[in-house]
Amino acid sequence: MAEKSIGRGIAAILSALLLFWPELSLAQDAEMNGANTAWILTSTALVLFMTLPGLALFYAGLVQAKNVLSVMMQCFAICCLASVIWLMVAYSLAFGDGGGANQVIGSLHKVFLAGVGWEPLVGDIPESVFFMFQMTFAIITPALIVGAYPERVKFSAVLVFTGAWLILVYAPVAHWVWGGGWLAGMGVMDFAGGLVVHATAGTSALVFAFLLGPRSGFPRQLNPPHSPGLTMIGAAMLWVGWFGFNAGSALAADASAGMAMAVTHISAATASLVWMAIEWVKFGKPSLVGIVTGMVAGLATITPASGFVGPIGGFFIGLAGGLACYRAVEMIKHRLKIDDSLDVFAVHGVGGILGTLLVAVFASSAFEGVGLSDGGGIFEQFWVQLVGVVATVAWSVVVTFVIVKATGAIVGLRVDEDEAAQGLDLSAHGESGYSL
Amino acid sequence: MKMVMAIIKPAKLDAVRDALTGIGVQGLTVTEVRGFGRQGGHTEIYRGAEYKIDFVPKLRIDIGIDDSQVEQVLETIRDAAKTDRIGDGKIFILDLGEAMRIRTGETGPDAL
Repeated sequence: MAEKSIGRGIAAILSALLLFWPELSLAQDAEMNGANTAWILTSTALVLFMTLPGLALFYAGLVQAKNVLSVMMQCFAICCLASVIWLMVAYSLAFGDGGGANQVIGSLHKVFLAGVGWEPLVGDIPESVFFMFQMTFAIITPALIVGAYPERVKFSAVLVFTGAWLILVYAPVAHWVWGGGWLAGMGVMDFAGGLVVHATAGTSALVFAFLLGPRSGFPRQLNPPHSPGLTMIGAAMLWVGWFGFNAGSALAADASAGMAMAVTHISAATASLVWMAIEWVKFGKPSLVGIVTGMVAGLATITPASGFVGPIGGFFIGLAGGLACYRAVEMIKHRLKIDDSLDVFAVHGVGGILGTLLVAVFASSAFEGVGLSDGGGIFEQFWVQLVGVVATVAWSVVVTFVIVKATGAIVGLRVDEDEAAQGLDLSAHGESGYSL
Repeated sequence: MKMVMAIIKPAKLDAVRDALTGIGVQGLTVTEVRGFGRQGGHTEIYRGAEYKIDFVPKLRIDIGIDDSQVEQVLETIRDAAKTDRIGDGKIFILDLGEAMRIRTGETGPDAL
């Protein structure tokens, strides 16, 4: 009895000590930080909001009225499928410890979140929160690819492709850059997904669009966006949600998140104005679709740099993103004649790649950034970033090519002419977008 | 009896409607249509790609009238719908074989 009282007394004293001197808690690596956890919980919701309904509306407005529901359906279904696959295997592959193979891939130890209950932490936030936050990235990345294939793709192909792509492209690249893989080891700086999200999605979209073939009438007889207003509403949701995407990637409620939010916003605003100015000069009329596309370009470009650069960096990255992505749209559609229908590569691919490379410049202390990996110089970091870009693009191209071919063999890729002419809303989903 | 089919600029609907009720026309039907005559379409530009829109939105007004009213109705519509610019529209006069008021079963000019 006495031992129990002594035991309790010691425990009480120790607890009191730990309360006043948290450095004494050596037994545990970190304690859960409530403020950080609260912010990441919020960011998770913001990033999910980017897909549902942000991206869904953005894309929906850009297609013909007879296909509006099909695009929304694809985004919604991809969200659901990606969520389950993330739980089942992709999270473990991306963020698990792959042991001997950890340079290239994680493990299967955390499939179905095995062993991850309420206790484990990632840093100072619960692993469940980290899992969810990362899931929203795994959701939006394949959803971005919807822009490559609308108005002609088979719905079953979308599902088969997405499932395979998450496991074979997204999870490995995420592991290389964020999960302790070889690119992280090299010092590649990708704060919120220039490589993991935008470069992979953009490049894969281009490959898919190339293999799928264009919409009928491309490039000469095209149909304009049926609801630019819907697109703007979606774009606005993307802008707000992107604060969760970039500032949330700080994984903390701190100055890093604050600066990430600031530069994200500055880049979006700057790139929007750039696009608006170009259209004004070229066509005499600045368009709504144009200005919101500029916004997306600015956001995609700042993404890898968001936690590393200062406001000046944000401004110049927005400038560069707006200019480069505008040229890219022309190049892909009119020069290469690839019907990447909603310009996924031109905006996300080019933006993500450009932003990743510009990290080397604007993250340096010379441009008021946080400083480069290992305190190296701009040129060293540039090479490291370039390796990251080349590896990501090459992997995406090759593996996506294989997946698309396999998908085509298993379920087919395209609907037939009549179904496309009728509109996918009716032919694939038995629904009508507008009963006026 | 005659059926007057007038294709007019959408902005002119109120003026035409008021003018017609002013001369005693008791009903008309309006449909949204697209078409072109000498007025060409226009071009829209999205993300640098040009889209030629060949058709212009118009309104079609259908009115059933007695033969004796034709001249007056033509003039009334024309005065109200005219802007002296291309795209003002056209009026077609069709022969109307028969007409019936659904509620009462009346036929002929009494049905108009």
